[in-house]
Amino acid sequence: MTATQNPPRTAGTAGAPRPPSRRRRATALAGREKLVLGLMLGIPSLLHIALVWVPALGSVALSFSSWDGIGGFGDIRWVGASNYVDIVTSYPRFWPAVRNNLLWLLFLLVVPTVVGLLLAVLLDRQLRFGRVYQSVLYLPMVLSLALVGFIWQLVYQPEQGLLNNVLGTAATDPVNWLGDPDINLYAVLVAAGWRHTGYIMLLYLAGLKAVDPALKEAAALDGANAWQTFFRVTFPVLKPVNVVVLVVTVIEGLRAFDIVYVINKGRNGLELLSVLVTDNIIGESSRIGWGSALAVVLLVISLGFIVTYLFQVFREEDPA
Amino acid sequence: MTTFYAPQPNRRALLRLILAGAGAAALPGLAACGSDGGGTSADTVSFGNNQSDQVPKDAITAVLRSFEGESGLKVAVNTKQHEQYQEQINNYLQGKPDDVLAWFAGYRMRFFAEKGLTGDLTDVWSKVSSGYEPALKEASTASDGKQYLIPFTQYPWGVFYRKSVWQQRGYEVPKTLDEFVALATRMKSDGLVPIAFAQKQGWPGMGTFDQLNFRINGYQFHVDLMAGQEDWQGPKVREVFDTWKRLLPFHQENALGREWQEAAQSLQQGKSGMFLLGSFVAQQFKGADVDDLDFFAYPEINPEHGQDTVEAPIDGYMMSRKPGNPEGARRLLEFLATPAAQLAYLKADPTAIATSNKADTSGYNALQLKAAQVIKDAAHITQFLDRDTDPRFASDAATNGLNAFIQDPDDVDSVLKGMADQAKTIFTG
Repeated sequence: MTATQNPPRTAGTAGAPRPPSRRRRATALAGREKLVLGLMLGIPSLLHIALVWVPALGSVALSFSSWDGIGGFGDIRWVGASNYVDIVTSYPRFWPAVRNNLLWLLFLLVVPTVVGLLLAVLLDRQLRFGRVYQSVLYLPMVLSLALVGFIWQLVYQPEQGLLNNVLGTAATDPVNWLGDPDINLYAVLVAAGWRHTGYIMLLYLAGLKAVDPALKEAAALDGANAWQTFFRVTFPVLKPVNVVVLVVTVIEGLRAFDIVYVINKGRNGLELLSVLVTDNIIGESSRIGWGSALAVVLLVISLGFIVTYLFQVFREEDPA
Repeated sequence: MTTFYAPQPNRRALLRLILAGAGAAALPGLAACGSDGGGTSADTVSFGNNQSDQVPKDAITAVLRSFEGESGLKVAVNTKQHEQYQEQINNYLQGKPDDVLAWFAGYRMRFFAEKGLTGDLTDVWSKVSSGYEPALKEASTASDGKQYLIPFTQYPWGVFYRKSVWQQRGYEVPKTLDEFVALATRMKSDGLVPIAFAQKQGWPGMGTFDQLNFRINGYQFHVDLMAGQEDWQGPKVREVFDTWKRLLPFHQENALGREWQEAAQSLQQGKSGMFLLGSFVAQQFKGADVDDLDFFAYPEINPEHGQDTVEAPIDGYMMSRKPGNPEGARRLLEFLATPAAQLAYLKADPTAIATSNKADTSGYNALQLKAAQVIKDAAHITQFLDRDTDPRFASDAATNGLNAFIQDPDDVDSVLKGMADQAKTIFTG
């Protein structure tokens, strides 16, 4: 995964602003080429609309109903915005879930990113056994989050867990890492961060490989120390990687689900919006309308990040 | 770009093609929701089985084989993982359900029967009703007065203990709440955990709530509360939680991180004195330990109700809405109502009892005999919180409310407010 570079803009005289010209039709494609292009763009677009946007808008529509998933469209009772009102006023799990989702996102944006960058810089220095370290640190990423949940449960168990035994608290006063709602979220975040760090490290490592050594040499000649070289020269060059890291982290943060579901079904301090959606839609209760309303809330939060990101991208593409 | 000689379809054909493609891509996802049941041939009955653990699975398979031998029909067994079966029941019943399928008595059965998702079994009941006590018939009947379930096995909830541990320390079975508290206090000073407790799976704690609720407020209040006709913030429910709060110090700590199997093991190892659970707790005991296991009904709290109610969930079988083989399905359900079929199953799982009153109890172990007696003597039978109420309430509001209470018993006001609010939303919505 590398960031796609912005396509080189049509040649203009650099520097001097040109008067804006009416853009001519730059392409003169033959009919057949148009058809091929149309098909190559059209089929994926239609598939995307049919499989992503239609269900998403369907969820938005259903969120105004009290449908229980039984029967056809004729049986759907429309209840207006009452699902939303009930969710924010009388659903005890909702606000903790929102809070946990945002905490999750913040944590992933800060800790694994910083640690991943640090590891990448260290590993970029041609250490002995560098390859081994890379593999070891990246290994958690190939495991599914559900499996990570299982592994860390072995670490966190109160009486038999590794952590309490290492701390020597297992016999006397075991800390209930995953059962205590005040700390279990952070315990799980450590586990999720453990997996995510390797991923970030790899992305930065790839980015660092692309940094031209000549730049570093030039910086060294100018008498910059290591810190200055990194912050003034290397890090700015990594900008496209930062964008990728940001996007990947936001996606990971908002879709977090499997790890908490494996640990305790996302109850008791580990509520996440994705869990609430699943609990209400899948399962015997089958509150499709209610669950859809929760899904819409998650969609709105995601869209907030996505729109911000797209704004950034397009603003960069526009000439200032 | 290389030129590419394709036939030139017109725009409409192209659109049709694309939509067909999108549709085809979407189909497998949808098709995966249903099961591949619904055998339509006249000599095969399909059977939806939720007994996914090896031992009960083998037991029910053996029962079905003997039906094949008797009837000349074939049974196609479709087994799903136990919890998954429950979670997918909605899609399963609307998709292509198997002709005969496993389910539970009570509200949980009526909910789907009243939605028209399962088949009316009054004609089967007319043949088998002599084998069932009236209470079982009532538990299989929906609000329209028709039956939709054939009861198969049943197991009581009680407070389990090891006889040897009790004899050694001279403990007596408590009859009232005060005796119960005194006994628990004594156990605590003897260095035992008085009451083993596990709530990781979310449902075992419902058992404690149920017992306290019908001991304090009686059977009818349990029924009404579960039906959404009583207030979770009212004084009666409040008293249940206050009593529970008084007992919580005697319960095993960190219950939210423990599964019932672990709690059962602490009872088996003699670290805990008592454990309130269904009689399936015996599955965690081996050999001679099973004979050492005994139980008593939850102590009396309110003299007005005494110990008149027993929680004894019924597992049984329903018929799908449009079975592929209606004749065969009815014959199989009739067979499942026979004592022979039920006893054959219990050989593999001797922790439950047969629901047929014609079943020969001479082969029962001591625990089963006691279970049968307790159920027979009960004035009222309840099914269990998650089987007696709307599944929408049980799976989210009730589970998480009880969890929050166990986590922070002092927070009972906000817990009950949350439960009451959700009950309003669910039972009026």
